[in-house]
Amino acid sequence: MVDVSSPQSKSRPEALPDRQSDDLRDVARAHRPIPKGKVLLWVVVLLFAADFARAVGTNENFGWPVVAEFFFNRTVLEGLWVTIWLAVVSMVLGVMLGLPLAIARMSNDPLAKSISGLFVWFFRGTPLLVQLILWYNLSFLFPEISLSIPFGPSLAAWNANDLITPITAAIIGLALNEAAYMAEIIRGGLLSVERGQKETAEAFGMKPMRALWRVVIPQAMRSIVPPSGNQFISMIKATSLVSVIAMADLLYSVQSIYNRNFEVIPLLMVAVIWYLLIVSVLSAIQSRIERYYARGDQQRVVFDNPETVTTQEEAPL
Amino acid sequence: MTATTAQAPILRARNVHKAFGSNEVLKGIDMDIAPSEVVAILGPSGSGKSTLLRCINRLEEINKGFIEVDGEQIGYKLQGDRLVALGSAAIARQRSKMGMVFQSFNLFPHMTVLQNVIEAPVGVHGVKRREAVELATGLIEKVGLADKLNAYPRQLSGGQQQRVAIARALAVKPKILLFDEPTSALDPELVGEVLATMKDLAKQGLTMIVVTHEIGFAKEAADRVIFMDGGHIVEQGKPEEILVNPQRERTREFLHRVL
Ligand SMILES: Nc1ncnc2c1ncn2[C@@H]1O[C@H](COP(=O)(O)OP(=O)(O)OP(=O)(O)O)[C@@H](O)[C@H]1O
Ligand SMILES: [Mg+2]
Repeated sequence: MVDVSSPQSKSRPEALPDRQSDDLRDVARAHRPIPKGKVLLWVVVLLFAADFARAVGTNENFGWPVVAEFFFNRTVLEGLWVTIWLAVVSMVLGVMLGLPLAIARMSNDPLAKSISGLFVWFFRGTPLLVQLILWYNLSFLFPEISLSIPFGPSLAAWNANDLITPITAAIIGLALNEAAYMAEIIRGGLLSVERGQKETAEAFGMKPMRALWRVVIPQAMRSIVPPSGNQFISMIKATSLVSVIAMADLLYSVQSIYNRNFEVIPLLMVAVIWYLLIVSVLSAIQSRIERYYARGDQQRVVFDNPETVTTQEEAPL
Repeated sequence: MTATTAQAPILRARNVHKAFGSNEVLKGIDMDIAPSEVVAILGPSGSGKSTLLRCINRLEEINKGFIEVDGEQIGYKLQGDRLVALGSAAIARQRSKMGMVFQSFNLFPHMTVLQNVIEAPVGVHGVKRREAVELATGLIEKVGLADKLNAYPRQLSGGQQQRVAIARALAVKPKILLFDEPTSALDPELVGEVLATMKDLAKQGLTMIVVTHEIGFAKEAADRVIFMDGGHIVEQGKPEEILVNPQRERTREFLHRVL
């Protein structure tokens, strides 16, 4: 046998251990000692957390009885509802517009590319608050909105004041802003899919849109979902900006209450808890979606029964 | 070649040129492939083999000459004496007549084995799902993976993935099957299973163009061997002629190196 050990350790290996000690070495029977440092850290952290919870819970300035009183208040619940549907509608519209924007930005067509780039540049580059106020005051900039052939006759015209209500201004403002961010998120996702996938789909005769829909987007979803979740959560909170254009969202509703009864902190706590609840539900939904799109990566039991075959459209989330 | 003169060729390439910028990769390829013919394309790295396959499938556009598959010019249409470029839908339809197997398998990782194989038949060829599943199950069995129907590609070995890719290419009932170095990404002990599958197909009368470094496969399964170098077809003929007694110095050198 060749001795590969360094010159210093010339000593021969110990005599071969007997059978019994070989059995003792079987890793299947190993103990794992409890890591003392980790336990200590846990104890310290939990102590601090409990003390903080006690301090907040027993602090009368938070006004917990008032929080409880107003938690299911009608005005608060109506505001909550406005916040939720406004966020959902804006997100859906944002995705619907963001996808074509992302595709346009990645196309070879210089016009599509630059229009998409310009859109993203403007709506990401200006504060959402300013955008909302501009939309709300659209009638000041364009008193009449008309559908017409460019440079040609007008087909239909509306008074901007009738068209732009707080609701439409809020939806347009939030959705366009959302579209700009979603376009970039989706573009990042599409870029993360290996080029060969699209090529393979097309080599099998799929039209570009089908290849995108069936092959590229499902794979892109893995990197689209996490930042989109982020984005949606930002959107939930961004809806509070619409209170400046007199939309009665969650924040606006609690404000309208504390303007009357001056219980500012308790009512803000009501809003905080509702926002946290919404975000928790969203995070749970997000991780389910993530698990769905990670399915090709899972090391899981393979079922061999052809009867249980599910295809992509039929598979549940 | 006696094999090619009997029937109208299924593929005709005439004076095909392809350049990437100033890099001329194909410099006038002429090639006829007869139905049921199995052609092995050999040649050193960078000689343009992959590019030629990709041009046949219109994954690359050619700069000069033309390629015709099953009587239709790829990517263009002759209207009177005007040659008009086809749109993406028409190109997709032309591609759907071919099956392609890639060096890196390129299975769709978010679909199971079965879904991978039925995707094109159902989505492109309009086959009913039930029929497609039946056909696909048969093909997957034929490549020896009956127990992996519902596995995802990442749960399979490279050799198994490539056999699924072959089943996927067969499922579209292609007029012509294109293979680009189907075994080069595989561990040596997995090469055999994929080559065995391909030899089977060759015996069944499929038309195949196989870019490969496997001289053994060319010798056993090919009707004809084409040797490419520097964007030209240097020499072609029956495997026993080209592989045993090549006429050109370049071919001899190449074979000497790989054998
Ligand atoms: N998309 C591309 N853009 C630019 N150059 C390319 C592209 N694809 C291939 N080439 C060039 O074309 C030449 C031929 O490449 P090709 O892949 O056809 O060779 P090959 O014969 O398949 O080689 P190998 O045996 O290594 O696969 C190379 O010089 C390569 O750099
Ligand atoms: Mg190649």
